[in-house]
Amino acid sequence: MDILVWTYILVGLSFALYIGIAIWTRAGSTKEFYVAGGGVSPLANGMATGADWMSAASFISMAGVISFAGYDGSVYLMGWTGGYVLLALLLAPYLRKFGKFTVPDFVGDRYYSNKARVVAVICAIFISFTYVAGQMRGVGIVFSRYLEVDINTGVVIGMCIVFFYAVLGGMKGITYTQVAQYCVLIFAFMVPAIFVSMQLTSNPIPQLGLGGTVSDGTFLLDKLDGVLTELGFNAYTTGQKPMIDMFAITLALMVGTAGLPHVIVRFFTVPRVKDARLSAGYALVFIAILYTTAPAVAAFGIYNAIDSVAEKPVNDLPEWVQNWQQTQLIQIDDKNGDGMVQYLAEAEKNELTIDKDIMVLANPEIAELPNWVVGLVAAGGMAAALSTAAGLLLVISTSVSRDLVKNFNPGISDKKELMIARAAAAVAVVVAGYFGVNPPGFVAQVVAFAFGLAAASFFPVIIMGIFSKRMNKEGAIAGMLTGLVFTLSYIIYFKFGTDLFGVPAAHLTAENWLFGISPEGIGSVGMLLNFIVGFVVSMVTPAPPVAVQEMVEDIRIPRGAGEAQSH
Amino acid sequence: MTHQEKMKAYWRKNVKILLSLLVVWFCVSFGCGILLVDFFNQWHIGGFKLGFWFAQQGSIYVFVLLIFVYVWLLNRLDREFDVHE
Repeated sequence: MDILVWTYILVGLSFALYIGIAIWTRAGSTKEFYVAGGGVSPLANGMATGADWMSAASFISMAGVISFAGYDGSVYLMGWTGGYVLLALLLAPYLRKFGKFTVPDFVGDRYYSNKARVVAVICAIFISFTYVAGQMRGVGIVFSRYLEVDINTGVVIGMCIVFFYAVLGGMKGITYTQVAQYCVLIFAFMVPAIFVSMQLTSNPIPQLGLGGTVSDGTFLLDKLDGVLTELGFNAYTTGQKPMIDMFAITLALMVGTAGLPHVIVRFFTVPRVKDARLSAGYALVFIAILYTTAPAVAAFGIYNAIDSVAEKPVNDLPEWVQNWQQTQLIQIDDKNGDGMVQYLAEAEKNELTIDKDIMVLANPEIAELPNWVVGLVAAGGMAAALSTAAGLLLVISTSVSRDLVKNFNPGISDKKELMIARAAAAVAVVVAGYFGVNPPGFVAQVVAFAFGLAAASFFPVIIMGIFSKRMNKEGAIAGMLTGLVFTLSYIIYFKFGTDLFGVPAAHLTAENWLFGISPEGIGSVGMLLNFIVGFVVSMVTPAPPVAVQEMVEDIRIPRGAGEAQSH
Repeated sequence: MTHQEKMKAYWRKNVKILLSLLVVWFCVSFGCGILLVDFFNQWHIGGFKLGFWFAQQGSIYVFVLLIFVYVWLLNRLDREFDVHE
């Protein structure tokens, strides 16, 4: 059977599975809709968190980014896993003990202020929307690449699927579909990686293959360093980014991960505090499987690409190169007309352009795997994009129905609240789909900044809310606003300064960055400012009421989490 | 010990565990993987330079371990202070 048929079969089967699960697990109450009834096992929650967390970008693009960045790409590997340590140690158990449904719930109650709650709702919605638009686009791209339909049709099909199980099933439906999606995506990522590793290094474990030797007996990484430096590139295993920027980006990504509302909310779904701790551990295991394989895929990919294309005759390239040339993901332009492909660091002489996504997408073909594996990778990419989109949409709908509608109309019935939550989810799907079809030019750049904003707004106020009894609402609001405004202005100035304020582009270069920190890493400075401003302001304003101090004491003690769910 | 003093002692021990684990968290990622990467790169394990290995592999393995060590220590602490569920 050819690739297209296999892709239709595998993608179709996986969709049927998700829809089946959605029907089987539909939500009957707001508690089921918001937190899956609070009865998810730590293992299932860990798996769901993994799928929720790993987006189309993690699945398709991250390995490719590392292929070209080498050591510098480590910021993503450490940043997007290290955050789970913070989450497990500093946030998840206490928020679970607090026992309500959303992050703005916590901020509003702990800081006894509806203003703080509204600021938190706005942050949550803004972060989630920027993030979800990218996912919808990802769904469209996977569809168009593998199923030969138009990107927009792909986005609409993706919307319908997400609509179905997010609106119907709420958190309960999402959780169990995410478990299935995790299995699909990890299988799809690992199978080609294992085969490529075997082919290249004769070691079936990619994590070890990365440190192994290639057929001529030299170490893969040494060989790669040599080949790249010869072509005028930087060595793979040493970095280009200044150390301070590496540090700041890694920190911003870690702290941002721990502050992302769609990740935090997953830990509200387990029954007990100790389950929340354990569940974060499982989540990181499931994430680490992909995140330790990705750097191997990255190195294998760039090695294979150079090995099979560079200095080869233009008319006699491997079949997979010709296939991907049609999609423009590989472009070859024989500038000097010598009939050979030159891959060089110098832009004027370079004849080969490789899109980063190729490192994962073309893997099965490079390894000469059967056609069904290609279909599997398509289903995996789709699973990664859909699971993340669904998690984000739920945060948006919950923010509207619970933090805004319910909070300001406490008398509303459970049934009505559930209806509003469903309606909000439906509207959010449509809005996200719109952004998927008409992506604002800034989406790609903005997704990375969602982390900076989460780091600079949520993380410090939640930490202070748990670890300091003295922190009050004045401090929290001042801190959140300072962190947010600072981070946002810095990013807007350096990314859109020319378009918005007519700042000459020459002023927006790396030399003018504050302490040499790029906009990607500035969230860590925003976070520090948030902590400092929050602390100082709270010291000069009255302490929080006794009831709030008692609440803080209560969330520090695990016992009694079961009863804390209703209120 | 009154109940309140006991809870204070529990919290102090908890914070102590957190801080020691976070020190390890910082050392393997920011320490070995970024600040001292060149220093660690003078050694090798297999085909990896050690600093590079910490940045792309080792730190992640340690993160996973840290969470399970934390779960184990805290479950023990909860039982010791009789606040377990």
